[in-house]
Amino acid sequence: MSALLSVSDAHVSYGKVEAVRSVSLEVADDEIVTIIGANGAGKTTLLNAIMGVLPLKGATAFAGTDMTPLDIEDRVAAGLCLVPEHRELFGTMNVEDNLQLGAFRIPKATAARSFERVYTLFPRLKERRKQLAGTLSGGEQQMLAMGRALMGAPKLLMLDEPSLGLAPIIVADIFRTIGELRAAGVSVLLVEQNAQAALKIADRAYVMELGEFILSGSAKDIASNQRVAASYLGFQHEGASGI
Amino acid sequence: MNTTIMLFLLQDGITNGAIYALLGLALVLVFAVTRVILIPQGEFVTFGALSYAMLATGQVPGTAKLAMAMGVVAFGLDLFEARRSLRPRRVARAFALNIALPAAILALTYGLAGPKTPIAVNIALSLLIVAAIGLFLYRIAFQPIAHTSVLVLLIASVGSHLALQGLGLVFFGAEGLRGPALSNAALTIGPLRFTGQSLAVYGLTVAFIVALWLFFGFTLMGKALRATAVNRLGARLVGIRTTLSGQIAFLLASLIGAISGILIVPITTLYYDTGFLIGLKGFIAAIIGGLVSYPLTAVAALLVGSVEAFSSFYASNFKEVIVFTLILPVLVLRSLAAPAVEEEKD
Repeated sequence: MSALLSVSDAHVSYGKVEAVRSVSLEVADDEIVTIIGANGAGKTTLLNAIMGVLPLKGATAFAGTDMTPLDIEDRVAAGLCLVPEHRELFGTMNVEDNLQLGAFRIPKATAARSFERVYTLFPRLKERRKQLAGTLSGGEQQMLAMGRALMGAPKLLMLDEPSLGLAPIIVADIFRTIGELRAAGVSVLLVEQNAQAALKIADRAYVMELGEFILSGSAKDIASNQRVAASYLGFQHEGASGI
Repeated sequence: MNTTIMLFLLQDGITNGAIYALLGLALVLVFAVTRVILIPQGEFVTFGALSYAMLATGQVPGTAKLAMAMGVVAFGLDLFEARRSLRPRRVARAFALNIALPAAILALTYGLAGPKTPIAVNIALSLLIVAAIGLFLYRIAFQPIAHTSVLVLLIASVGSHLALQGLGLVFFGAEGLRGPALSNAALTIGPLRFTGQSLAVYGLTVAFIVALWLFFGFTLMGKALRATAVNRLGARLVGIRTTLSGQIAFLLASLIGAISGILIVPITTLYYDTGFLIGLKGFIAAIIGGLVSYPLTAVAALLVGSVEAFSSFYASNFKEVIVFTLILPVLVLRSLAAPAVEEEKD
């Protein structure tokens, strides 16, 4: 099985400050991979650099082609899609227009099918389709951001903190949907602070600390790793000193 | 003052105001999509008007050659930018847009220009020429610095205004020109006489506003342009090229400018530098609209036109002063109403 996305020895810097150091990762077809880590570990920076929003030093390949010379727009056309942390919706346009623009790069006939698929995944969006995106609740905005990304029929969806600032019940809903994407043939690269929820749906995981991957492995192994449990899952294994 | 004079002035004001409205709308459009304050809008007006006037006398205007020259430069820039991945398809596309298109326009102009060319053909040719210039102006002067601050873009804008105005002097000379009217029909209602030309001004202004509304409200490309204006990063993330949006905005602006020029050149004599003042009045309307609101801009443009008409009647020496003074209370009010905003870096 060849990797859908492969990044090797990636460095990303803001001026002289190196925010991501020598990171390598792979996402295979139909796989859900998560990157967990504390605030400021460089997760968002890494995703933005893979998308082309920030310059990345190192090699990135997507579906067998070298992505280095490609702009964001070309990467979108190739089937790579990012749902950014701040969602970046078109606030003064309605839900339907936002979704329609998500299908900007694909043929009209395919777009009609995408609409159906997104409305099935997120029935709430169908109810609100004439409402302006800026007036939606946080959870609905997150659904719209994911819906807009899915409209373009991506092969790999990169999600940046989809649970940020949302009520637990909506978070559960969002994570259930991410799990359903696999069945629809979409791979997912998920960046989360909510490590517990992320590890539950992911196949594999990377743990990021201060710009570097310190651990990687199957989600199950990572979840049972003592250090991860102590730092990110909020509970302690036997033998670890209590507070 | 009696009512007849007032009606005349109002009619005059609305005719001018309609033109300013078109220009103001183009300015708002370009600013929203590219953050460029389009000072050379006035040159699009003069180039359109004077190209049309020259074509009407059977001569080939220098603007056609300028479009060709700008195309060559744009092609060079495209090749340079893509130097690391020169795929044949990319080169062919750049060639078609930057070389083949202006060459075809130039050939058409040479082939069709003559003393007996119908007015409609001359109009079409002038529009094509100015549209090409607008497109290439974006490619050459603004696309390479599209990510910089509004101030840098403004400097580039002033620079291109000066350059184009100088070229205008070369192409059209210091003498003013007038073009033939679109129609010589006239209509009298009460004390007012509407010429075919002024009716064309109203008709085309309304048609353009409706067309823009339809374009932005109902077509995918129009929505993509709005999306770029609302959220640049969001637009890029769904695959909308900001360069494409910029090109379309400039294309529309140059078309609107050229049409405005062709509409007014039968009414007033235009000189190579007249466009700047006309564009500036559209700019005042756009500023009153806050550079964001299309309807407010259109209404403000009618106000600017009327103020201009009345002040040229009462104090013709101070006509421009009065019109431009309009901007002061608006700026004061706007700066009081709006909280101070740091310019966003993106």
